[in-house]
Amino acid sequence: MSQLTNEQIRVALIDQFGDIFTEWSEPFGMLTFAAPKDLNLKVLQFLYDQESLSFRFMTDLQAVHYPDRTGEELCVVYHLHNLRDNVRIRFKVYTDIQKPDVFSATALFATANFMERETYDFFGVNFVGHPNLIRVLNVDEMDYFPLRKEFPLEDQTRVDKDDEMFGR
Amino acid sequence: MSRPVQFNPKVKFQGIPEGYMGEGFMATSFEKVVSLARKNSIWPLPFATSCCGIEFMATMASHYDLARFGSERVGFSPRQCDLLMVMGTIAKKMGPVVRQVYLQMAEPRWVMAVGACASSGGIFDTYSVLQGIDQVIPVDVYVPGCPPRPEAIIDGILKIQDLVHAEGLRRRNSDQYKELLAGYGIQ
Repeated sequence: MSQLTNEQIRVALIDQFGDIFTEWSEPFGMLTFAAPKDLNLKVLQFLYDQESLSFRFMTDLQAVHYPDRTGEELCVVYHLHNLRDNVRIRFKVYTDIQKPDVFSATALFATANFMERETYDFFGVNFVGHPNLIRVLNVDEMDYFPLRKEFPLEDQTRVDKDDEMFGR
Repeated sequence: MSRPVQFNPKVKFQGIPEGYMGEGFMATSFEKVVSLARKNSIWPLPFATSCCGIEFMATMASHYDLARFGSERVGFSPRQCDLLMVMGTIAKKMGPVVRQVYLQMAEPRWVMAVGACASSGGIFDTYSVLQGIDQVIPVDVYVPGCPPRPEAIIDGILKIQDLVHAEGLRRRNSDQYKELLAGYGIQ
């Protein structure tokens, strides 16, 4: 069995899409790269369909908030797994926090449904094309996205705790 | 030669309520009899969500034996129980559930918040956790600890018993009590 290497994945992607990818890195041997957000579905579809790549299992999907990266504050991260060769990759797209629209991957991976809801819940990423983009873990009445950095971790609604005594 | 009889000299009897006693009869106020009966037959409803629930299991088991205090039977139906014991972290999403369970209980009902999380949110000073169940339901006794030892839970039960004993039959109809419930939006 020929083992799929990170270099092969990288060459296949560049052959298909040209020089659109950025931030190539291999932390702990796991190939990581970023692409423009408009192309996220095309890249995922290519990784899925290509017989030599066949990344057909989405293990995780989440977002990261980088307040200092103006214009691309929110990063949506896809973790993909090739079960045949047991190879994992990490794929990122960046989006502006003012207009956090990213295409939904639900058509390709059914598991993206709940994970995109969770990402919406905590970071407010608007997944365009998602069938049911509502909060999943937090209370429905919540009117902000708690894991964005501008919101403090502590509950802001409490009235009975003395800041001095609770070290805040 | 028969074996020496062993008996427990520490058995404690409930005192007889004040009243007028004669040969073959006793007259006392109904309130005292009812509160005595209520006090020593509390049915707890455990609402255990985390580690305090484990301590409660130890409290119920043979070593600490909550049954000694008349709470022999732990009910799992809110309609039959007198004492709601909330043990563990209550997330904001769980808040309406606790409230619903409380509403399903019949009067008279008491609530005990066991542990730091149920009392004040504890270490979970965060956006997702209710900062004390007294935000959604009235609480009678708070048991501190993270988690409290079974002795502390038993102490809380005894405090509840004192409350039950001292509480008049009609307290639940008082204006003050109705005002308290109205403060929580409960009819």
